[in-house]
Amino acid sequence: MKILVPIAKVPDTTSKIGFTDGNTKFSTDGVTFIMNPTDEWYALVRACELKEKQGGEVVVIHVGGADAEQIIRKALAIGADRAVRVDADPTDAYFVAAQIAEHAKSENYDLIITGKETIDYNSFQVGGMVAELLDLPCVALVQKLEIENGVATMKREIEGGTETVEVKLPLVVCAQKELAEARIPNMKGIMGARSKPLAVVAANGAEKLTAVSTYSLPEKAKEVKLIDKDNVAELIRLLHEEAKVI
Amino acid sequence: MAVLSFVEVSEGKIKKASVEAAYYGSKTAEALGTDSVAVVLGEANAEELATLGQVGVKKVLHAADAKLNHFDSRAYTKAVAAAADAAGADVVVLSFNNNGKLLAPRLSVKLKAGYVPGAVELPQFNGGSASVKKNVFSGKASATFTVATGKKVISVNPNSLSPVRGGGSATVETFNAALTDADFNVVVKGVDKVVGEIPLTEAELVVSGGRGLKGPENWHLVTDLAKELGAATACSRAVADVDWRPHHEHVGQTGLTVRPNLYIAVGISGAIQHLAGVNGSKVIVVVNTDPEAPFFKAADYGIVGDAFEVMPKVLEEYRKFKAAH
Repeated sequence: MKILVPIAKVPDTTSKIGFTDGNTKFSTDGVTFIMNPTDEWYALVRACELKEKQGGEVVVIHVGGADAEQIIRKALAIGADRAVRVDADPTDAYFVAAQIAEHAKSENYDLIITGKETIDYNSFQVGGMVAELLDLPCVALVQKLEIENGVATMKREIEGGTETVEVKLPLVVCAQKELAEARIPNMKGIMGARSKPLAVVAANGAEKLTAVSTYSLPEKAKEVKLIDKDNVAELIRLLHEEAKVI
Repeated sequence: MAVLSFVEVSEGKIKKASVEAAYYGSKTAEALGTDSVAVVLGEANAEELATLGQVGVKKVLHAADAKLNHFDSRAYTKAVAAAADAAGADVVVLSFNNNGKLLAPRLSVKLKAGYVPGAVELPQFNGGSASVKKNVFSGKASATFTVATGKKVISVNPNSLSPVRGGGSATVETFNAALTDADFNVVVKGVDKVVGEIPLTEAELVVSGGRGLKGPENWHLVTDLAKELGAATACSRAVADVDWRPHHEHVGQTGLTVRPNLYIAVGISGAIQHLAGVNGSKVIVVVNTDPEAPFFKAADYGIVGDAFEVMPKVLEEYRKFKAAH
């Protein structure tokens, strides 16, 4: 089975968020970048588990600059066999999806599996766009994925529960929590990752459909109103009269 | 020209998130001086669909094909694109809910339309381009996206706006999405819904507990109040990880994102990963013994105190309030 895992690079959760150039650019000052958690912990690890059980190959693809090498090597250390980096600035989801779809067209993947939304733009776009560009079925928010005889059985989240579905491969999956257990790369993996192939390719000329015009930070930190623990009635009054939520 | 909203029906009722999407669609149509049209896929009661008129929808295109009763992203994309075509829609609005999160980006590709996911405000139009604000960095900042493509797709963050209902009634028209068997890929084998509980992501009120409650046997402190309020229950990651509570209640960066009107956090310190899942809540109440708990910085109201002492009082005072109102 041949599996493609698109991975994104995002600021670490604990990063301080700031903007420059009149609030039009994200400030990378002092920011540590990591692999998007749902791409790494769930999509990549599940892909590696399936390959280890059933044989095949796991390829990771990243759209971004050379500074993503550390993240790509980590993916190889976790268990991917080779990597492709499309050398371009990933500013628009459609542009990114078009790069991934073009690569996927050149190789016959049985499964494309990526994480749910990235933790920077929280947009949840790339998986669905890749599926549509390739005219493939896609299932999102997948918590469980088993593959047998070319059919994927999945459990996906719906409002208030889960739904179990079957879809024939090839297929695109957007992974979320519970799909796999995060892996910490071991020494053998880290050493091996250094010699695994990483191909750098130029971007195709896909257009960009959206752009960010401005960013803004919340106007001011919230000022918490403390209520005495012996005066709980005051909380109920404030929730009703001031906040108007009950 | 028209604005088309995608509306989902679950167990005979229009989903709350879809009412918000339809309302957003109607407001957008109003700003553009055009009509608000909705599309519904799968079997549904026409009387229920007509109530979309209350949030400004003029016409509902209803593809009552039983094959569309279950969500299949590829087939749904074709059907909604066909509806957009039939309605002459330039803007398609969906909810940024479980199905919308997948359907919207597919539609964006299908219609070659710029897409803004998770809008928190109505769009601003300037000539042919639209500016739409959304939350980014897990609610730590906002970004305004500009979409200049002729067609546009917008998904709306649940609980971002409160639909105002009027007295209208929408006309319901049968719509043929012209799908063939080859358009369907997904076979549904089973649905496992937690019965009798309010779905967390649809809830307007949420009561959530953390490690401060010391053990699953103390969860009545959360559930009793939730029941009285008609709220959903949630928990922190630490609590789900030790199986005090089911995983589907875990709210945070790697769990669910909720945006209720009221989020009451009991015995949760408020690590940044947890806050990422609740930042969008309208009002946050924190009960914690530790006055230095980071959650207080993100809260609107706080009580420094022991949950075992405070929560029974909250329940009692709320019961009194309910009796008086």
